[in-house]
Amino acid sequence: MTSEQLAWKICRHDVEMTHVSGGSHIGAVLSVADIMGVLYADVLHFRPEEPKWDGRDRFVLSKGHAGGALYAALAEQGFFPVEELLTYYRNESRLSGHVSHKVPGVDVSTGSLGHGLGMAVGMAIAAKQDKKTHRVFVVLGDGECNEGSVWEAAQAAVNYQLDNLVAIVDHNHMQSLDFCERTLSSAPMARKWAGFGWNVMEVDGHDHAALRAAMTSSRQGIPTVIVAHTIKGHRIPFMEQDILWHYRFPHTGWEYDCAVNALHGCKPAGAEDPYTPNGIESPVLPDENADIFRDHTMGATYEPAWFRLQEVTK
Amino acid sequence: MRDGFIRTVLELAKENKDLELITGDLGFGVLKPFWEALPDQFLNAGIAEQNMTSMAAGMALEGKTVFTYSIGNFPTLRCLEQIRNDCAYHGANVNIVCVGGGFAYGSLGVSHHATEDLAVMRALPDVAVFAPADRVEAAAVAKAVVNYPGTCYIRLGRGGEKLARETIDHFEVGKALPVQEGSRVAIFTTGDIYGEAAAAASLLFQQGIKPGLYTFPTVKPLDEEMVRACARRYDLIVTCEEHNILGGLGSAVAEVLAESAAGTRLVRLGITGSYCTAVGDQKYLRGLYGLTGEQMAERILKELV
Ligand SMILES: Cc1ncc(C[n+]2csc(CCOP(=O)(O)OP(=O)(O)O)c2C)c(N)n1
Ligand SMILES: [Mg+2]
Repeated sequence: MTSEQLAWKICRHDVEMTHVSGGSHIGAVLSVADIMGVLYADVLHFRPEEPKWDGRDRFVLSKGHAGGALYAALAEQGFFPVEELLTYYRNESRLSGHVSHKVPGVDVSTGSLGHGLGMAVGMAIAAKQDKKTHRVFVVLGDGECNEGSVWEAAQAAVNYQLDNLVAIVDHNHMQSLDFCERTLSSAPMARKWAGFGWNVMEVDGHDHAALRAAMTSSRQGIPTVIVAHTIKGHRIPFMEQDILWHYRFPHTGWEYDCAVNALHGCKPAGAEDPYTPNGIESPVLPDENADIFRDHTMGATYEPAWFRLQEVTK
Repeated sequence: MRDGFIRTVLELAKENKDLELITGDLGFGVLKPFWEALPDQFLNAGIAEQNMTSMAAGMALEGKTVFTYSIGNFPTLRCLEQIRNDCAYHGANVNIVCVGGGFAYGSLGVSHHATEDLAVMRALPDVAVFAPADRVEAAAVAKAVVNYPGTCYIRLGRGGEKLARETIDHFEVGKALPVQEGSRVAIFTTGDIYGEAAAAASLLFQQGIKPGLYTFPTVKPLDEEMVRACARRYDLIVTCEEHNILGGLGSAVAEVLAESAAGTRLVRLGITGSYCTAVGDQKYLRGLYGLTGEQMAERILKELV
């Protein structure tokens, strides 16, 4: 499977998974789908039939609320049946909303932001000590970079010269209530990492060739961070950069129909849709009351007098 | 209860410009009325709970009364030392609000199960601990903590809780509230698992047993007097909490009973064993630990034989 096909399938599975379960965070999944597609199609070494194979590259999805993206990638690569994806969130399932290490192919559970980089640093240190040659990859959210623990780990990674560690920041400029700049700005993101001593690469986080090149390069003696410029909700126009879709799931009606058809509008050749093979023929369309293309950010209705909210720089 | 609590805090804040609310980048749809009405008494600290809590302490030391707001374990365990050193030790008026105690965010996974919060917060000196049963208790707690000096922890449900009573005549920090008196067995409950405890009580009633039923909106300071009074009156006390069996309401009651040598039997119902790796919603996960109304009634019947 090509990375383009895998990325698309992650999006399609997750629209279905959130639709069926009522689960959150579809915007965060769509943001990171290309990163996950490239990692799991072209970059990471793993053996689906032997999930704990010691030579595998380690992977930590630190922004664990996008767990649906990792589950879909693992299922598509054969770690468990694709059909199981629809148990997401369900009673008796293995697929909790946030990443669970009880699922084959998952090394660590996450869900509380700001833990993943530290755990990845620990894994990279252990690899160095034991002279193992696999690499450790970790994906962080940009809002997650608010957490002080991220920067504690960032210092440790440089201190121990972890050139076997690659961090990828899904830089979509949005977090839970608003744009990052209007919450707790991490700008300038790339320069912060550089200031901490990391090898910094900046790429378009939806450009697979660029992602692939960045993920496979490294600099001796220092860790690499890829600041991947992304769009939260990417591929589904009415979800793009609308904070509502951090929470909302595609409901039956225009939301689901239009989401599916938006994906079919950008389906790469050879990617099959197991749910709606040809898209939806006569989709329900949003009416004038639909909650669409409105500004749901906190900053839209929050006007403190004693300080000025920072400008958004998307 | 979450929405009712925030509504009450907003009403109080309109009367008191030193009352502030800080969120840890959560509360979409819930906090909007607050930031719109009182933007200068509202902050989003971002995804940085340790700093949120230290900032709250700093503001409190300058005369503010500060509510910190987040979900699950983020406002507590994530910033435990900030609560201990910066808030509690300084006697700072910081009221820590957790939305989604217990398995309220069940399907989201272990990171989102707040199942040790009462124990951990209870262990900190100078921290009062609250877990209201419903929106009426939540509103009463909101009013109480604003006037209660020092650091408080408030665990809330997400909404739709069964009402224990329409109104509370007299709410006092540290006092349990009877729902009904009974005989033979008293059920003590804290937090939004009250609905299950009430269901258990009705089922027992159908079996000819009228249990006493008491809510404990304050877990600490514990209503020791009530515990001792019930120990005299009933043969059996059953505590019920959506929390690990270690260190919560059941443990607090056990401490009092052990020291009073009352000899009354105690059964602690709660979460036992290892971390809950099962996936499912709140009701489903409660069922795994014998915490639904039916399961509790059955267990109590067995204990009474
Ligand atoms: C420690 C912690 N605090 C708060 C949350 C709640 N939360 C879940 S996702 C999220 C926003 C994450 O933003 P970002 O890291 O930018 O990820 P994105 O969804 O934009 O990819 C928040 C605040 C959490 N999971 N962990
Ligand atoms: Mg983001």
